[in-house]
Amino acid sequence: MLQRTIPMLILSASGLILILAYFSPVTVVWSDTVVAWFNILAGVAFVLGAGNLLAVNLEKISSRRPGWAYAAITLVSFGAMLVVGLGKWGAVPNPAYPDVHLAGDQDSTQSAYGWVYEYVLSPLTATMFAMLAFYVASAAFRAFRAKNIESILLLGTAFIILLAQVAAGAFLTNWIPEGEWYSFLRAERLKEIILNVFQTSGMRAILIGIALGTAATSLRLILGIDRSALSKG
Amino acid sequence: MQPRKEQLPPGIRGLLVRLGRIDRRWIYLAVAVAIGVPMLAELRLPEVPEKKARATFEAIESIPEGSIVLLSFDYDPASEAELEPMANAMVHHCASRGHRIVFMALWPLGKQMADKTIDSVLKYYHPDKVEGVDYVQLGFKTGNEGVIKLLANSIDGAYTTDAAGKAISEIPLLANVRSVGDFKLVASISAGYPGAQQWVQYADSAMPEAFKLIGGTTGVQSSQLLPYFPTQMEGMLIAVKGAAEYETLVTEKYPVTESPERLGIGRERMGPQLVAHLLIIALIVLGNISMLAARGLKGGAR
Repeated sequence: MLQRTIPMLILSASGLILILAYFSPVTVVWSDTVVAWFNILAGVAFVLGAGNLLAVNLEKISSRRPGWAYAAITLVSFGAMLVVGLGKWGAVPNPAYPDVHLAGDQDSTQSAYGWVYEYVLSPLTATMFAMLAFYVASAAFRAFRAKNIESILLLGTAFIILLAQVAAGAFLTNWIPEGEWYSFLRAERLKEIILNVFQTSGMRAILIGIALGTAATSLRLILGIDRSALSKG
Repeated sequence: MQPRKEQLPPGIRGLLVRLGRIDRRWIYLAVAVAIGVPMLAELRLPEVPEKKARATFEAIESIPEGSIVLLSFDYDPASEAELEPMANAMVHHCASRGHRIVFMALWPLGKQMADKTIDSVLKYYHPDKVEGVDYVQLGFKTGNEGVIKLLANSIDGAYTTDAAGKAISEIPLLANVRSVGDFKLVASISAGYPGAQQWVQYADSAMPEAFKLIGGTTGVQSSQLLPYFPTQMEGMLIAVKGAAEYETLVTEKYPVTESPERLGIGRERMGPQLVAHLLIIALIVLGNISMLAARGLKGGAR
């Protein structure tokens, strides 16, 4: 009973306080406290995430599942960054507290942590996303086929946006004069129509749906009707 | 028994069908050339600022000189290519107008992104700016939209010290800043969650008339933010194109003589983007022509 009842009570109380705070200035202080607790828990969640990372990868290594070497690399990298970050090797001393090693600043490349960030993490992260350009081009070549009306509309829209986002669109359509009834055919005008009329109206509908769904789900959680967020026991 | 080799039609039709089945590594090579050659050739094209970039520029221009503004760096190195140009231009713009800047981050690596912009733009082009008086780095705070909610009520609730460990009460810049409503302008340069959308939902909705909210975003996220422009968000920069247009406006009004390339990264990247977009269009057209050419063959079109 305690495993589910106490978490449910905390969830309901927090949710109700946050709702009340929106309508009553008196309860704003309580909601600030709840949000501050949330932020503290968010920090603790990093520790939880790290623990989960360790558990999953250690299990993969111990059971020698395919790809266990990558799990080992993950754990070694994680451990190295943890030691380097917590130990503050090479940190620039803090002028206010020059004798306190842990008060130093480790963001510059002088420190081991800053060096690893600048020359390992940052380039690797950027490279991961830079590779998307190649995959997008390959996927576009293989998958974008005009087989029916919907796909033809999609392709036509994609072409307009692709051209209007670069100088090619202006180059192709700048000869169309402004102020005429057909000036909507200029690339930048077409792009604006697609984004501001079709795309925005569709996205507004989606956002309203998401908001209504979020409100309904939150109410179910606060009232204890939906207990999926609680423990499995 | 050996499988029978597929008989392709002769001539152009056969060539088009074969092209439709080209190894993807040739496509990767074409993309690399399409991006690499314009970069090395330093292909530059003039940018004509459009409505959103102009609105972003006007939002910063319209607030009184010397106003306190909040810049939230909500991105990491993965999105740096798209967002760093607009961040650099925005910091230069604010500093040139004499605005005092408060830097913060909702992403763990956002502080490092802000530090990079501070070092490469603020300290380089505006060496007269004093930390603590003209700008302050509050750093990263965990909690996503919870941080924004706390800032909406009280700065102290979210940040008790700046990134260097100095107490908020001892920072002259923040002496009269109690909550996010005391900023004249809030800018979120965001790559996802948490980001500009959360600033709209939790800060702007709490005090809609207190400050101007502008955002810089990646192309992928822009569709989520477009409904908020121009009512909740007075300005919006979308992807490298938005950054290039905004750079044009900023450097026209506030030119720099030394190392101007630091404020031209967005325009520098539009050349490769042009060629890459044309390549993608050509690939799509080729793929569809190949599909049409393969119709009626045994095995059908791919």
